[in-house]
Amino acid sequence: MKNIVILGGGTAGTIMANRLRRLFARELATSGMHITVVDQDERHLYQPGLLFLPFGLYEPDQLVKPRRRQLHEDVELVQAAIEHVDVERREVYLTDRRSLPYDVLIVATGTRIVPEETEGLTGPGWGERMFEFYTLPGATRLRDALARFTGGRLVIDIVEMPIKCPVAPLEFAFLADWYFTKRGIRDRVDITYVTPLDGAFTKAITSRALTHLLDEKHIRMETEFSAGRVDGTAGTLYSWDEREIPFDLLVTIPLHMGADYISRSPGLGDDMGFVRTNPKTLQSLAAPDVFAIGDATNVPASKAGSVAHFEAEVLADNVHRFIEGRPLGEGFDGHANCFIETGFDKALLIDFNYDVEPLHGSFPIPWIGPMRLLEETRLNHLGKLAFRWVYWNVLLPGHDIPGVGPRMSMRGKRPEAGPPSITTPTRSPRAEPAGSAP
Amino acid sequence: MTTMIGNVALDTDAEGFLQKPEQWTPEIGEEIAREVGVGPLGERHWTVIHFMRDRFLTTGQAPSIRTLGKESGVPVKELYQLFPKGPAKLAAKIGGIPKPHGCI
Repeated sequence: MKNIVILGGGTAGTIMANRLRRLFARELATSGMHITVVDQDERHLYQPGLLFLPFGLYEPDQLVKPRRRQLHEDVELVQAAIEHVDVERREVYLTDRRSLPYDVLIVATGTRIVPEETEGLTGPGWGERMFEFYTLPGATRLRDALARFTGGRLVIDIVEMPIKCPVAPLEFAFLADWYFTKRGIRDRVDITYVTPLDGAFTKAITSRALTHLLDEKHIRMETEFSAGRVDGTAGTLYSWDEREIPFDLLVTIPLHMGADYISRSPGLGDDMGFVRTNPKTLQSLAAPDVFAIGDATNVPASKAGSVAHFEAEVLADNVHRFIEGRPLGEGFDGHANCFIETGFDKALLIDFNYDVEPLHGSFPIPWIGPMRLLEETRLNHLGKLAFRWVYWNVLLPGHDIPGVGPRMSMRGKRPEAGPPSITTPTRSPRAEPAGSAP
Repeated sequence: MTTMIGNVALDTDAEGFLQKPEQWTPEIGEEIAREVGVGPLGERHWTVIHFMRDRFLTTGQAPSIRTLGKESGVPVKELYQLFPKGPAKLAAKIGGIPKPHGCI
């Protein structure tokens, strides 16, 4: 009997388990195979919702469902924490002293935030004027802090790349602009977006479009700022090269690392705890029978749910090939597809991969759409909202999304076209928020 | 692509990172440092550059800024003084190894 063990029952692990279950339905029925998912807690969190929660757009209980219910009944769920993996003995050791032998191991334990790694961040002021929104408790605390906020300097800071959902901090800035406008106090709130990158985004065309939006919404941007320490009492953020940014409310995106057991598993991870992974086959570099998917890998793609979804199709096929002794396919191209919420019921949509940066065009049907790439539209926003249903009902069960394949398509994209509106960034007069206080 | 650095034709990416670490010499490092406005290179710069290269050549991966700060013998704050704005990126470039892909 073959044992497939999947570490982590989040987005990537759940999709993978359900896809493999379907692929090997016959083997599972005849006890020729067993699929086990290991996760330390029983709740599955809809992570894209964490962006909306601080603005009161979702309640915490709307974002959580039982983990067990997202997995097919033929998949076993072991609720336990992982001590380490021994890739030589092909065994996973759990902290409760149990161990799980495997024939194929899939690492899908994602990434976690490590605020303690930045000096002063978890000291005085943490949870009072310094917050994060990458966990459910963190996003909930931030919601309460935003509701109490009556004006001052709001600073949104990315400590270091890579981070999960690289556009989420920008979306947070856009939504904050909308939120304070709606509350009638936007003129009393100064919003600054602070990034270690040299622009709003890593790829040129998108960076230009997003910089234009920041400008339009009167959000200041501070680039190439690597946060070295924070003084939560004084309300000051310091870079390693001694620049200072004062704040009344800090929303930090702390350092991200892989799950902590990875650093206890010789050979498996890099120095940030991300699994060293072949970017095309998703096989780990540690051992041929170990694979990785989603945020847990070190592949140079965005850490985003859409990437995990596209990877799953390639990885399920490669696990199949590996078990049958056939050569692996090199089918993963780094495909990512992200909605970027821009506030006031609009959103952008971007579609890109390892080699092709996000371009203008239509999606998913070439030249027709109905979605427009890299343009702010109401339909893109509706797409983002509808995605919550798609996530639970299409993505997690491991189904394909019609018209959206794992490999990025160039059809309907315009490689040369730069939008005329962003070539000459002009400051548009700011619309006065209705009901704004004098 | 090929880029002339000093008087030598080298394989680089579009941003000027060497794609073949074996083509590197300390003189090429000096030349790249001049181009990116780092230096003149002192003993502390070389400690970081050599650590960077050795780690890349043994593990196939450039160390992160945090690893540099913990293990190279040069604290992070000093790294930013030696290589302003982007120590890991600049030390990789000067040290003739491919661009670290931490930043997506």
